Amino acid sequence: MSYEIRINARGKSLFPDLKEIYEYREVLSLLIWRDIKVRYKQTLLGIGWVIVQPLASTLILTLIFSRFARFESETTPYALIALCGFTFWTFVNPAVLQASNSLVYHEQLVTKIFFPRLIVPSASVFGLLPDILLTIPMLVAVTAFFGVGLGWQFLLIVPAILHAVIVALGVSTVLSALNVRFRDVKFVIPFLLQVWMFLSPVFYPSEWVPDQFRAIVAVNPLTATIDLARFALLDSPIEPLPFSISIVSSIVLLVAALTLFRALEDDFADQI
Amino acid sequence: MKIIEAVDVSKSYRIRLGPSATTVRDLITLRLARGRTHTRRINALDSVSFSVDEGEVLGIVGNNGAGKSTLLKILSRIILPTSGEVVLRGRTGSLLEVGTGFHRELSGRENIYLNGAILGMKRSEIQERFDEIVAFAEVDEFLDTPIKHYSSGMFTRLAFSVAAHLEPEILIIDEVLAVGDLAFQRKCLRKMQDVNRHGRTILFVSHNMQAISRICRRAILLNDGKIVADGAADDVVASYLSTMLQTTNQKTWADTLSAPGDDTVRLRSVRVRNETGEVSSAFDIRRPILIELGYEVLKDCGPFSAGLELYNEEGICLFVSNDLSGEWRRVPRKAGRYISTALIPENFLAEGNFFVSATATTFEPLQIHFHERDTAGFSVSDSLEGDSARGDLAGHMHGVVRPILEWVTQMRD
Repeated sequence: MSYEIRINARGKSLFPDLKEIYEYREVLSLLIWRDIKVRYKQTLLGIGWVIVQPLASTLILTLIFSRFARFESETTPYALIALCGFTFWTFVNPAVLQASNSLVYHEQLVTKIFFPRLIVPSASVFGLLPDILLTIPMLVAVTAFFGVGLGWQFLLIVPAILHAVIVALGVSTVLSALNVRFRDVKFVIPFLLQVWMFLSPVFYPSEWVPDQFRAIVAVNPLTATIDLARFALLDSPIEPLPFSISIVSSIVLLVAALTLFRALEDDFADQI
Repeated sequence: MKIIEAVDVSKSYRIRLGPSATTVRDLITLRLARGRTHTRRINALDSVSFSVDEGEVLGIVGNNGAGKSTLLKILSRIILPTSGEVVLRGRTGSLLEVGTGFHRELSGRENIYLNGAILGMKRSEIQERFDEIVAFAEVDEFLDTPIKHYSSGMFTRLAFSVAAHLEPEILIIDEVLAVGDLAFQRKCLRKMQDVNRHGRTILFVSHNMQAISRICRRAILLNDGKIVADGAADDVVASYLSTMLQTTNQKTWADTLSAPGDDTVRLRSVRVRNETGEVSSAFDIRRPILIELGYEVLKDCGPFSAGLELYNEEGICLFVSNDLSGEWRRVPRKAGRYISTALIPENFLAEGNFFVSATATTFEPLQIHFHERDTAGFSVSDSLEGDSARGDLAGHMHGVVRPILEWVTQMRD
């Protein structure tokens, strides 16, 4: 028989075994599907809620910034800039929040069943993808309402969404693994997310950032996501250097996160 | 072929004496305080080695905390051993808890797919066996109802049914039979035997010694993380009971001088036998138990009676019984060896572990020749076929004895 598995403490790989995750893809897809199904069964507003959230945030901030503070972008209405940012933030924020708690939440699975642990936080992140896919038509409709036409670059919304997934995965795999080891991590996560939102060009465009803070925004992996989305929808210009730095930083984050996750995952069942 | 080979598998946990850092806050404050944390190693498993042949059914027995769960978790790849290695040469499916991965909001149908995938079944395999799973679980009417509306019995049946239709080369099962109603437990035992007939290897942990001796040909006994016995299931069950009961199914005294007794009668042996005469430790509640006392009369003497007292685990004396059979009652004895056998009828004792004290007493004038406590022990269990005093009751049943009484019910008016 060709099938043979050796279970021992030696020969630990540095990186998660992606082939093994592929073998367990059925579990991944069922967990994603379960998350989606349960979420839509439980929430009264269901799909509507997903669309209402970024719209409401945008409305409030548009009021604050363009009416009270008199911020105005020269070319594009502020509301569209904010809506674009909030659409992505309303994916990243709950994705990180849920995925970070996913291992602890699924303690039953982790302590009773073997499967690649990375599947758990990944399923939480992927399970929120329908939400962002449902908000994109709303985004397009509002853009059209403001009279902004869509060009060929609208297709870049796809890589923007993919990048949002990469960023959410990177952040939440680290946090989910730490959450198993240290039980107070979960209290810090909402605060970290809030700080992260302010440091990301969610409700302001990157070019508004003063020069001395440019470095922070460039290192932020989420900058590239939102810049790309704004380029795709609103034709907002992308500054090559900060954008490239942000892309590289998101890839470094994901690789580092997966390596850390691999280093910690063997002890999950013992520590949870 | 050896389908499982475990070599020197150990698992140790570090137990911190004093404060331990389970939060970031603790980590920082403990570092700052430079407090040295003293740790102690606990060996949950200590150099465990064994191998299992393809198609074998291996029972694993031991007290709570002996390392059974740790071993199963290592074999299921949930935790890694601290040292040593396990080689698995087959697809493994493990059922450490019934219903893992079930979600209350989802329907029975959805949960079958979800649970099947989590346990390692392919979608096509689940589809193929779907009807069989549903029929086995007896939930056809409620397939599209969220399982939060299921009764606990329905839930358990569905959960076991999915697991029972797993077809891995190695099936690891932990004490799942402790749940569910009796009819279903019986069905599960049959299903397990069926699965094995198809050449699959099964590792089975249970506290039900009857189930172990019935299903398994071989068993291993764990105690304090070590394998203390490995062999034929019946022998291992016997040695488990003897370590647990601190006594065995037979006790003999080799020479007269050290044997308990006085200058007239000495106890030489106590044996627990089944109805076919074999010495045994584990009894089906529906079978009689024979307690055999061997004793030696050293010199011709007046009449006396051999007797026994039966105690349960709580130390309660269930009964005292003396040999009052006509032949030797009030009859003087000649020097020589005697054997007296008492028959404890079937469907009389409750399930549990029992200890025999052996006595020899002259009643007039009262003289106790020997009174040896806890000479031998045995266990009684119910194989849940439905024809014992349990009927179809599952779970704990009160009472130190469990006779089947004759009942008559009449409808008045």
